[in-house]
Amino acid sequence: MTKDNPVNILIAGVGGQGTVLASKILGEVAKSAGYDVKQSEIHGMSQRGGSVVTHVRYGQKIYSPLVAAGNADVIMAFEELEALRYLPYLKKDGLLIVNQQQMLPMPVIAGNAQYPKDIVEEAGAMGAQVKASAASALALEQGDARAANVVLLGILSRHLEFPEERWLDAIRKTVKDKLVDMNLRAFEVGRRQ
Amino acid sequence: MDQYELLSGNEAIARGAYEAGVKVAAAYPGTPSTEILENVAHYQRIQSQWAPNEKVALEVCIGASIAGARALAAMKHVGVNVAADPLLTFSYTGVNGGMVLVSADDPEMHSSQNEQDNRYFGLLAKIPVLEPSDSQEAKDFTMQALELSERFDTPVILRTTTRVNHAKSLVKIGEPQDMVVKDYEKNPAKYVMTPANAKGRHTVVEARRKALTEFAAETSLNRVELGDRRIGFITAGISYQYLKEIMPEASFLKLGLLWPLNEKLIRTFAAQVERVIVVEELEPVLETQIKAMGVAVSGKDIIPREGELSEEILRKALDIKPFERSFASAQALPVRPPILCPGCGHRGIFYTLKKMGLHVSGDIGCYALGSAPPFGCLDTTICMGASITGAFGMELARGEEFARKCVAVIGDSTFFHSGITGLVDLVYNKGFGTVLILDNSITAMTGHQDNPGTGKDVKGMPAPKISIEKLVESIGVNRIQVVDPFDLKHCEQVLREELAAPEVSVVIVRRPCALYVRLKKPAFVVDAAACIGCKACLKLGCPAISVNGGKAHIDPLVCVGCGLCPQVCPKNAIQEAGENHD
Ligand SMILES: Cc1ncc(C[n+]2csc(CCOP(=O)(O)OP(=O)(O)O)c2C)c(N)n1
Repeated sequence: MTKDNPVNILIAGVGGQGTVLASKILGEVAKSAGYDVKQSEIHGMSQRGGSVVTHVRYGQKIYSPLVAAGNADVIMAFEELEALRYLPYLKKDGLLIVNQQQMLPMPVIAGNAQYPKDIVEEAGAMGAQVKASAASALALEQGDARAANVVLLGILSRHLEFPEERWLDAIRKTVKDKLVDMNLRAFEVGRRQ
Repeated sequence: MDQYELLSGNEAIARGAYEAGVKVAAAYPGTPSTEILENVAHYQRIQSQWAPNEKVALEVCIGASIAGARALAAMKHVGVNVAADPLLTFSYTGVNGGMVLVSADDPEMHSSQNEQDNRYFGLLAKIPVLEPSDSQEAKDFTMQALELSERFDTPVILRTTTRVNHAKSLVKIGEPQDMVVKDYEKNPAKYVMTPANAKGRHTVVEARRKALTEFAAETSLNRVELGDRRIGFITAGISYQYLKEIMPEASFLKLGLLWPLNEKLIRTFAAQVERVIVVEELEPVLETQIKAMGVAVSGKDIIPREGELSEEILRKALDIKPFERSFASAQALPVRPPILCPGCGHRGIFYTLKKMGLHVSGDIGCYALGSAPPFGCLDTTICMGASITGAFGMELARGEEFARKCVAVIGDSTFFHSGITGLVDLVYNKGFGTVLILDNSITAMTGHQDNPGTGKDVKGMPAPKISIEKLVESIGVNRIQVVDPFDLKHCEQVLREELAAPEVSVVIVRRPCALYVRLKKPAFVVDAAACIGCKACLKLGCPAISVNGGKAHIDPLVCVGCGLCPQVCPKNAIQEAGENHD
């Protein structure tokens, strides 16, 4: 990812999974590096367990707050089905980071639809660059499965240009005081993935 | 060094109100506007309030403005319908302290029941409409709106859309101005809108329109960016950002003041480019006015009229190569619609309504999810407050027998918003109806705002708690019962009693929102030996329960222990953890 073109990142998940906090930390990192930043998310109805997505873009000058389909450099998915749903957004040489977690949507629970099979394999077979990680389980080892978002950021951080210290600062600035240590550990775990 | 912050449009509007010395702010929650007042309330010097509805919010601001303070009211697009009555006459009186009304529109209906285009309110009320395209403009335009308001003696609409309200971008933070309260003098000719006075004021409004039209030619709110002359876009708001993304080198007339338009400004721009395209979301509000000037433009012939625009849609409309899409799954992807949360009190009541096969006149709130599978309960959802009145109309149309098979459901916040007058109508006009007030003691759908029944104000301070029971009683309802939606048997029994009663009944279904007051009970477990895989528990539509390999399973990470599923299991196969011996 070069500094001349905007960097486009899509964060997809299920309402309540903490996608908003992840985008906040990422936005803070890009801003602290002196970039123009825009991000977009939708609050409201979809937060009640629905499919949610946050767009983050940064670069010298950003106009649209939304990533166009086919133009995402990275998709960071908190759930496998949501990874597959937003995959058409990924650039040909883009990177998919996916939390190996499956949350059944209501049509599947009700027996009216099937949860897709072998999602990580399918994405790989299509030729996408995939980095899969059991982020929720790793976060749980650090004390709270909800820190999966920060584990995923740790993975993402290896693929972006910012020095580690910027990420740690942004985490300290963004998460609640009593959760800082746990989140810093979760970030390190992700970074080592 | 200048300080920049990454703010959402809503945070930026709040910041603008603060920096501009706003003293009074009132709102009723509604996506995508809600965070405006939530953020304004963080500034201690501003008198902030959640009003019971948008009409009340606007009227409070009108009073504040007339009394000399700067004021801000915020609401979602449909909220302006509720506030339209005071708005259209406030246009005639004009202001004393500056007054801005934020109308947050929701193209694409991310969280709304329609996608009306509130720019029309500018034309209807003859008041200026400003539309920002990012957070910096959201802040700047809020401040400019207040200045314009005082300079032209008019309320001003700041019209936003979801992608501006909820998108974040960098905003330069400024120093707050002093909070000035202007002198107030009684002035009936200006503020008492009897017909005789209003006639005089209408003349003033027309003169104001002319003055604003001239202002539209000189203001920096409107900006010409001349580039490649082959295409000139006339555009505003978020559409401008999408276009700059696609064709940064084109020519632009970027409007910040959307009403009134200045003909000379538009003609001059049009004359400098080969082809003019008006790009606006939803209705051809600009296009129609520009065409009426006799300027040849294209617009809705190529730009969709429904839903929001996007880079992709505009690339297609403008015949520009789209981004290549390299990946698409070959599998069918199930949708993931929003659902009632684990532990939600609405679940117990919708299970009961479905089981009893009742007609349900619905309303707006989290309980609108009662229309989704597996419940599919609602017959109607129109607007806030329409449940009680709608059910009464059905009763009048189809008779008493129908009323015995029909209930109205309405949330606590919605009842305070506009349910009370409907209940008055039902009692006064001798209806039979049964009204369920689903009291989760918070305004949940929009993210947990306090309301007159919660005992707290917008700053989280204690406030008088208005009793729904006493209110209903004072209206003259004799039959009032309170039930816990986690007690399915009792719910059904009470509903049977009240539906049979030959007079108005109110059933208050009370259980705090499970996201707001977390249940901390242990998860339930399925005794696989006892489970026969009948799927009765699936009728609860609970995200914790699934049936796999012929047996029900409860996800212990999702279950909050509400205790509904053991009540519906015919084999007693669902137990509290620890009850069975493994
Ligand atoms: C006129 C109007 N104002 C605001 C809204 C946004 N809105 C939809 S539902 C709702 C609140 C519902 O709260 P409540 O009735 O308590 O039900 P709950 O969501 O808590 O179940 C609001 C504010 C709207 N749709 N229409």
